[in-house]
Amino acid sequence: MSRLLPLAVEGAVGRRRSRTIVGPVDLRIEGAGITVVIGPNGAGKTSLLSLLHGTERLAAGRIDWACPLEDARHAQAFVFQRPVMLRRTVAENIAYPLQIRGVARKEAQARAADWARRVGLGEVLNRYAPVLSGGEQQKLALARALIIEPDVLFLDEPCASLDGRAMREIEEILLAARDRGTRLVMSTHNMGQARRLADEVLFLLQGRIHESGPASTFFTAPDTPQARAFLKGDIVE
Amino acid sequence: MVDLWSGFSQAFWLVVTFDPELAEIAFRSLRVTLSALLVASVIALPLAALLAVKRFRWRRWIIAILNALMGLPPVVVGLVVYVVLSRSGPLGVLGLLFTPTAMIVAQTIIIVPLIASVAHQSLRELWAEYHDLLISMNVTQWQKIRTLLWDSRRALLTASLAGFGRAIGEVGAIMIVGGNIDHATRVLTTAIALETGKGDFGLALALGFVLIGIAVVVNLSIHWLSRTERGDRW
Repeated sequence: MSRLLPLAVEGAVGRRRSRTIVGPVDLRIEGAGITVVIGPNGAGKTSLLSLLHGTERLAAGRIDWACPLEDARHAQAFVFQRPVMLRRTVAENIAYPLQIRGVARKEAQARAADWARRVGLGEVLNRYAPVLSGGEQQKLALARALIIEPDVLFLDEPCASLDGRAMREIEEILLAARDRGTRLVMSTHNMGQARRLADEVLFLLQGRIHESGPASTFFTAPDTPQARAFLKGDIVE
Repeated sequence: MVDLWSGFSQAFWLVVTFDPELAEIAFRSLRVTLSALLVASVIALPLAALLAVKRFRWRRWIIAILNALMGLPPVVVGLVVYVVLSRSGPLGVLGLLFTPTAMIVAQTIIIVPLIASVAHQSLRELWAEYHDLLISMNVTQWQKIRTLLWDSRRALLTASLAGFGRAIGEVGAIMIVGGNIDHATRVLTTAIALETGKGDFGLALALGFVLIGIAVVVNLSIHWLSRTERGDRW
């Protein structure tokens, strides 16, 4: 189904100034679905996602996609916790990934308008993107990530600091993307969201994968005491 | 006060009668400075973007030197360009000394560091904002530069206008390399210097007011054309 997957990670380590912030991590991602990365602050969720995405330098270990790295880099997208708005209109923001891929202007505009409508920004196509509300900006970021129809989409706490309604709308967009065959890997602090979306769970603690498994078993019967405590809402360090 | 008044009235009459000599000088001023501005912007803006985007060994040095050169003394630039372009100089065969081209070269050298420095400041801020997104999208170096230049075009316009201001009012360099030759290389600033030297303060003041007027008109029309300071964009 996907050219990129399976993704095989062996002993991957991310370092900042000789301090190990994530890893060593062994991991395999394949098939369809949503992988949710959970864990306390500073557990290395963001670093792990950037490491997989290729924007964080790999200090040790291997990350192998099923296709050459250069192709893999172009078939994935990343949505940040705080969306970055280009100082352009909504339509130009969404069309930007197509523009840098050399898609003809007319076609790019048409597809951007289509995506804006799908995420509920059809009415504000010509607004200046940096003045949008937080929820609208995150929806724009999603449309901008999904317009290239990525095989894999990474999301770093995409719903942090959003209210219930915006969160629900974004979750609907994510589920629709999954149903179209995009593999999602997202981190979240919101356990409700994790339960709603996850097919697979990675529980990170101090830079390492402490426990992982299918969502059904992880949420009902976690193996480790730390995971149990974390799910219960206790403070885990 | 009498001189100031006569300057005003003389300027007024020179403009409304569309004095051919004044028109010629003013037009040459504009031509030289706008040409220098165009060349300098084409050099300085991509350079500023490159300095913001690319990390290479001499980057800090280049930025520091550009900042220092913002205060480059025009007279010295004029002198160096003079020596290079003079008959016995390395580029003497081109025969450019005492031509408007030489003046354009001198003014370009003077304003490139200014435009590059001011542009670099705002491009650097924009790059800090865009960095994660553009790296994640795996864009090429050239696409980064184009995106930054386009999205900060208003700030770049300000940088260019600062360069225009410095060039249009500059006299030291173009006096040396142009020679203030009537009907050939005389521009507003050199004409003012000449008339002041001759003691014709009225005419000198008149030329001065015309110079200020041109600078204001050019700034306003560029702002108007680029639609800054309007609507919800700023």
